[in-house]
Amino acid sequence: MVTPVRKEGAKVNPKWKGFNLGLWQKEINVRDFIQQNYKPYEGDESFLAPATERTENIWGQLSRLFIAERKKGVLDVSQIPSGITAHAPGYIDRDNEIIVGLQTEAPLKRAIMPTGGFRMVLGALQTYGYEPDPHVVETFTKYRKTHNDGVFDAYTPDIRRCRSSHILTGLPDSYGRGRIIGDYRRVPLYGVARLIERKQEEKNSLDSAMSTDDVIRDREELSEQIRALKELQEMAKSYGFDISGPAGTAREAVQWLYFAYLAAVKEGNGAAMSLGRTSTFLDVYFERDFASGAITEEQAQEVIDDFVIKLRIVRFLRTPEYDDLFAGDPTWVTESIAGMGDDGRPLVTKTSFRYLQTLYNLGPAPEPNLTILYEPRLPDGFRSFAAKVAIDTSSIQFESDQIMRQAWGDDGAIACCVSPMLIGKQMQFFGARANLAKCLLYAINGGRDEISGQQIGPNYAPVQGEYLEFDDVIDKYEKMMEWLAAVYVNAMNVIHYMHDKYAYERLEMALHDYAPLRTMAFGVAGLSVVADSLSAIRYARVRVVRDETGLITDYQTEGDFPQFGNNDNRVDQLASWLVSTFMNKLRKYPTYRNALHTQSVLTITSNVVYGKNTGNTPDGRKHGEPFAPGANPMHGRDKLGIHASAASVAKIPYRDAADGISLTSTLLPEGLGRVGEDRITNLRSMLDAFFGVTGYHMNVNVLNRETLIDAMEHPENYPSLTIRVSGYAVNFIRLTRDQQLDVLNRTFHGN
Amino acid sequence: MPLEARDPFELRVNQAVGVSESAVTAALRTGDVGFLHSFTTGSTVDGPGVRVVAWTAGCQFRCLYCHNPDTWNMMNGMPVTLERAVEALRKYRHGLKVMFGGFTLSGGEPLMQDRFAARLFNAAKSLGIHTALDTNGLLGERLSDKELDEIDVVLLDIKSWDPNRHKRLTGKDVGPTLAFARRLGQLKKTIWLRYVLVPGLTDDVDDINHIAKFAAELGNVARVDVLPFHQMGRYKWKKLGLDYALDDVEPPRRELVERVCEQFRAVGLKAY
Repeated sequence: MVTPVRKEGAKVNPKWKGFNLGLWQKEINVRDFIQQNYKPYEGDESFLAPATERTENIWGQLSRLFIAERKKGVLDVSQIPSGITAHAPGYIDRDNEIIVGLQTEAPLKRAIMPTGGFRMVLGALQTYGYEPDPHVVETFTKYRKTHNDGVFDAYTPDIRRCRSSHILTGLPDSYGRGRIIGDYRRVPLYGVARLIERKQEEKNSLDSAMSTDDVIRDREELSEQIRALKELQEMAKSYGFDISGPAGTAREAVQWLYFAYLAAVKEGNGAAMSLGRTSTFLDVYFERDFASGAITEEQAQEVIDDFVIKLRIVRFLRTPEYDDLFAGDPTWVTESIAGMGDDGRPLVTKTSFRYLQTLYNLGPAPEPNLTILYEPRLPDGFRSFAAKVAIDTSSIQFESDQIMRQAWGDDGAIACCVSPMLIGKQMQFFGARANLAKCLLYAINGGRDEISGQQIGPNYAPVQGEYLEFDDVIDKYEKMMEWLAAVYVNAMNVIHYMHDKYAYERLEMALHDYAPLRTMAFGVAGLSVVADSLSAIRYARVRVVRDETGLITDYQTEGDFPQFGNNDNRVDQLASWLVSTFMNKLRKYPTYRNALHTQSVLTITSNVVYGKNTGNTPDGRKHGEPFAPGANPMHGRDKLGIHASAASVAKIPYRDAADGISLTSTLLPEGLGRVGEDRITNLRSMLDAFFGVTGYHMNVNVLNRETLIDAMEHPENYPSLTIRVSGYAVNFIRLTRDQQLDVLNRTFHGN
Repeated sequence: MPLEARDPFELRVNQAVGVSESAVTAALRTGDVGFLHSFTTGSTVDGPGVRVVAWTAGCQFRCLYCHNPDTWNMMNGMPVTLERAVEALRKYRHGLKVMFGGFTLSGGEPLMQDRFAARLFNAAKSLGIHTALDTNGLLGERLSDKELDEIDVVLLDIKSWDPNRHKRLTGKDVGPTLAFARRLGQLKKTIWLRYVLVPGLTDDVDDINHIAKFAAELGNVARVDVLPFHQMGRYKWKKLGLDYALDDVEPPRRELVERVCEQFRAVGLKAY
């Protein structure tokens, strides 16, 4: 029970009537507002309301547009360079929308965002058959330099070689870096005027500081932030809203918050434009409306449904190369739901449920990226509902609330898939990932690329002799990782310097404290390929095959070796060693703005691309075969079931992968039990077990027939699809085609 | 020899090649070593909760519908010391508790290696792990009451009621299975009954009614799982060069499965 704090004679904004006071009305402190005011909900989902006709109507209108959009690739393009106030107001169905606001003046119409890189804009326009506007071309080739231009002015030959050989991939040098979460909640809570005031105070505090580089840049950034906040107000005004003051109702709170988010996705096209941790915050407003009888459950759900509809139609104009890496128009509008507070109360509210309900009211979808901050101590009702939603929709993911809280605090949120940050107080410099499997091959080949034969890395001594010896390989690998880490840090420093300079996220940073903690988020791909390769070298005998130039291009392994994903320390420890070792090498090199080094084990959807660009590896994987995603064991090699598989991944030390460790689990409904309620309980239990120890993240897919068929056509997308057939566990993609067909028959017999 | 994990679905033969006859006899007598076909850690269909399951090699039944005939021959199993098996269990004990699960010994017929089974269950109980035995009951007498005490749930397969049909179906008599079931009833040991439903072979209404009545009268049958026949094992019969009588049989339609479930429910049992 929290005791409200009130200062004698303090003027309290009338829009805050009914709220408990605390620290939050004297300083910008959304966390305190939540802690003082939210109402934990311990019940189940029976109170939830279905979609209204209005909602179904609007979603139906959009669904028709989606079909056209899929056919053309993009529905339409605006060549007015995007900005917070660049476009006139847009509507889907003006009379019937509850929450308003579009990125441009029409739904699904994508505006160009040249400040990240103009070549990319031209490429995208060409791809979709649009003639570039000559004025725009002139502006961004003659008068306005872009982030992409700047980066390539400062890239070194080393960096360029690493890019073109694909040992460093996905670097945000030609697209928005993303993974910054503005604290959009501040806008409904305080109104924009108060936030401008605060930014002015922060800027004023630098008046007497010596004008060094850092201080000058900070002053300029703060000025830009203030400018962006003013534009936000203007944008809202064009939709008929005065958001200078706080929101007074739940609907206003959602609208103000959405306006803030909308401004962010009008200003920048970061790969991941995540939402933050808004559900429990908004619930305070809903509860206040319920208390005064101003709203019904149906109306509350409708507001959330309309908000989520808007989040689902965020669009950015991308190039085909980008789509290869990040297929399917992802925006990672990640919302982090639930979690526990530091005081032991669960942060589960009815609005936590309402957000999940949108997956039923609007149908399953990958966006917004609904993420459960999971803890075994969360109320039963919520955990069961979350498991049910995972089974029914395969659309949600789970993260360890315990780890997030201990590392960053109880007002943290996930950016993108797995990256934790304290909202409004922490931001990151996103850095995609390094291909550590390819680095291993470089170590074996003395810096020569195994596909092109070119000298990309330093000219160190390659492996001599016929067999790979473990100590020798480790020695060479460490040296090659040292070099790669240096190039990687260099590349990131260049990228983020230029991004701040030419494509600064003014609005998002306006919704952060000055100055936020900055992390530099490196990443690694190929974890299980390397772990298994090192295991093969150590426990079996790996003979090398050289081409006529002496380049080692293939491997022949004699004997068995333990494989990652079977809860076997002999190989699992190699995976953990790799993460810690590379992290320690990164830490040696200074970062831009002294950002804290972190890294993630995450590949998003691009594990297939990495596989194409990496040659044969000592674990037996062939050139072109996809990597496993993130920290997953390689396809089909985790043979002892999910408990063992997850246990291997849970050993990876978070302290050396503080930007996240991604595990994707795919289960058949039958794999969770024979009976519906059992399935919910069993999935919940598995989550309790995983997140009760050191598990960090789990994408949970529970697939149905259509997806099984898809898995037969595209097995690389279903690395660990598991099916139980009352007697044993089976990895679906390891079955022959006949067996797969048999499984289809078996699983859906009687139809 | 390291216990290398192999996919449980794979055909496994001759994993015990090289083990001498006297070593096998000693193993069966002492239970120091077991012959295992495979194991998994994440089963939700072999007892309550999420379970570690080990499948033994060796079975005396020759069920016409068996989906892993490679478990019939004990020499197809990999020799695993008791210590290795217990070490594996130890790794999962905490997770199994959280998941309201435990350890299930299945197969093949585990009681062909009754000493290994008994000692393994004893070790599991000392680790605080819930235990289950999946058995056809033929060799139930090999376990003493004290040893049965260390088994929390028995997953009992009653293949058929009519003695002739049972003999045709499995190659063995039904008597010992029913006797074992009665003994478990007297000991008040929880049974989960398992019934494999094959259209045209095990779908006789009267036969099933007898089983249902019998099970209801035992008083300790907590649940009945009606397991629909499938053809996942067909390729194993072919690979092993065995005559597969059920090559053309289709899985049962949903209505048939429901009908059979209803027969069990009609006598007050929970059936799925």
